[in-house]
Amino acid sequence: MFDALTDRLGNVFRGLRGRGKITEENVGEIMREIRTALLEADVNLEVARKFCDEVQVKAIGAEVVKTLKPDQVMVKIVHDELVRIMGPVDPRIPFVSPGPTVLLMAGLQGSGKTTTCGKMASMLLKKAKRPLLVAADLKRPAAIDQLEVIGRQIGVPAYTERGHENAVKVCTNGIAYAKKTDRDVVILDTAGRLAIDEALMQELESVAKQCNPHQVYLVLDAMTGQDAVNTAKIFNERLEIDACILTKFDSDTRGGAALSVKHITGKPIKFIGVGEKMEALEEFRPDRIAGRILGMGDVLSLVEQAQQQFDKDEAAKLEAKMAKGSFSLEDFRDHLRKLRKMGSMKDLMKKIPGMSGLVQDEDVDDHELVHLEALIDSMTPKERAKPELIDASRRRRIARGAGLDPQDVSGLVKQFETMRDMMKKMSGMNMLQRIKFSTQVGNLMASGGQLRKLKASTTATQRSLSKKDKRKDRKKRSR
Amino acid sequence: MGLFERFKQGLSKTREKLAGGFRAVLRIGQKIDQSTLDRLEESMLLSDFGPATTAALIQTARDGWKSGQIKEEHEVIDYLKQRIIERWPEDDRSLKFAASGPTVILMTGINGSGKTTSVAKLAHWLTAQGKKVILGACDTYRAAAVEQLSVWAQRTGVQIVKHDQGADPGAVAYDACDAALARNADVLLIDTAGRLHTQDHLMRELGKIQRVVERRIEGAPHEVLIVLDATIGQNALQQARMFSEHVRITGIFLAKLDGSAKGGVVVSIRDALNVPVKFVGLGEKPADVEPFDPKTFVEALFSE
Repeated sequence: MFDALTDRLGNVFRGLRGRGKITEENVGEIMREIRTALLEADVNLEVARKFCDEVQVKAIGAEVVKTLKPDQVMVKIVHDELVRIMGPVDPRIPFVSPGPTVLLMAGLQGSGKTTTCGKMASMLLKKAKRPLLVAADLKRPAAIDQLEVIGRQIGVPAYTERGHENAVKVCTNGIAYAKKTDRDVVILDTAGRLAIDEALMQELESVAKQCNPHQVYLVLDAMTGQDAVNTAKIFNERLEIDACILTKFDSDTRGGAALSVKHITGKPIKFIGVGEKMEALEEFRPDRIAGRILGMGDVLSLVEQAQQQFDKDEAAKLEAKMAKGSFSLEDFRDHLRKLRKMGSMKDLMKKIPGMSGLVQDEDVDDHELVHLEALIDSMTPKERAKPELIDASRRRRIARGAGLDPQDVSGLVKQFETMRDMMKKMSGMNMLQRIKFSTQVGNLMASGGQLRKLKASTTATQRSLSKKDKRKDRKKRSR
Repeated sequence: MGLFERFKQGLSKTREKLAGGFRAVLRIGQKIDQSTLDRLEESMLLSDFGPATTAALIQTARDGWKSGQIKEEHEVIDYLKQRIIERWPEDDRSLKFAASGPTVILMTGINGSGKTTSVAKLAHWLTAQGKKVILGACDTYRAAAVEQLSVWAQRTGVQIVKHDQGADPGAVAYDACDAALARNADVLLIDTAGRLHTQDHLMRELGKIQRVVERRIEGAPHEVLIVLDATIGQNALQQARMFSEHVRITGIFLAKLDGSAKGGVVVSIRDALNVPVKFVGLGEKPADVEPFDPKTFVEALFSE
């Protein structure tokens, strides 16, 4: 992976500094870096080139080098331009009355149409709509079953006709069925098809002609490469799409396809899919995707990932515990497990802007987290609630259970106590501060060096202190 | 339809593009200059080679030009073709089979890459080679995935081991191994649930499936293929990298190469991770599969 655009431009500008401003002579090198960053993010070459031309016009003459951080000013120009081109976004779905409003979902195989249909239906339910799913994917084996299962999961009926070969018929029947059963939105799930598959594209055209969908959405994988423009262009030409939905944005894709698709079709991206759960459909936010395309990290997606793991009720409970200081080792273990579900520490840290360059592989050791969990696992519930109960004998037992040393037990207890104090502080913070904070905590816990240091200091406290030492210690603490 | 025709047909769009990109601008008799290289670079970027690999290949072409090995524009394509073909020597493109007992092939990949269809294609291909194939339906997560594979099993006439949706995929793998041993199968093909490479717990689950198989059958899994969608861009490299961290990926099944996408990213994957392509998928029918042949692949890419 290449470094973020900020780093790349930083290198270019280092050579430029002192020369006043961006000129026609030196702008080439800068633009090349920007272009490469865009290409790394899978922005289509043509789109990247046009984009760079536009940015160049804005950049030339801009006295960016006079500022302290010309690279960052340049990144801002690029970022703002990305946001401008990818926006504006209107996440509303225009409903018609009298209904039903018909939505047609189209796209390549494996882009996530059926899942997105389910997510869309689930979102509509929350808006007090009565959606109907129509299984018009008659090609892929068990696609009908899949839509039925999804419908059952979210409590939305699915209209299916088995043994049928005519997708147009299924769609028109589905719409008629919706009218009869008083459903006000119909979602047509069509079969995946390649844009160059003439027969299937014709089928889609006749579905559109016969059913007159009010909205046609192109469902596209956010990881799509250069080919995104071909697909978007042809689907738009044949179907006159109204908007795009980009799926699988919960991956680490930089999402350059978003820029390509917007540029080529001129149609907005309304939603993005961000997970396997049926609620994981969100409004498209150009500012966030711009950051991802430029490789600047995406704190917000980190926040979301955290929110996926820590649901609100639990968070509230945890908060109350933190505030009271009654946060137990049991809670700590839950917290650890969730943290680990979010990915490895290394990946988490990389998502925080500015951190990606700082994190070295050897700094972060995920094994430490496993060890901590093992230690807590081998404690009794009582010990977890009251770690101060743990004496030398209990310490030995726990260490044996976890296959570690007794020092590790005291290290953990010590860390935990520090944590508990920090948690108290944290209870007043907002989500973003908290993420940063818990990553710091995570780092503290996970970094082998820190633990070793802690171990050493605990061995020091383990030897019985003389009365004089104890007095000195107390004095130190009270100071 | 022969292999070459199928490739040519599948890649017709690619050729149009490259014909426009290469042949139209590369004239016989024309001496190579900087603009030749610029145009080549552009075409490679459009084929999803990615900026890093493109830069490296262009450097190769530049070296060949500077050292006098190639002089004219039309020679540069053959020169590059050769450099790309050399990346896939024959011995690591073929499937590795167990010396005795069932050969286990684990199929992995992200959601929607085409795993289940690719499993069906491999089942068809292996059956045609006279192998007795059993399928293990370890995608117990996605709605109706088991049904989808069952339909394919029926159509390709192979046996299938399955549990209900929501079952532990490790348990299915365990049973599938037992069935493969008991029924003297030649090949056990294991379909797994699609998972994004960024979801650590799902990646660990995949590691577990591999360990279950390892313990049940010696030397298994003999092949762990990652199914990559040819339309995916540079993220495919990241997918291959992250999957390799959790299971030992031995090859790529490059799916959906019949579209207008070119899958040039497999060159980067070869360079970065040393993982070869073993099969390509070229359509929706079980017969639409071919063992990867770099010569045909590159030839089709660059031909008119």
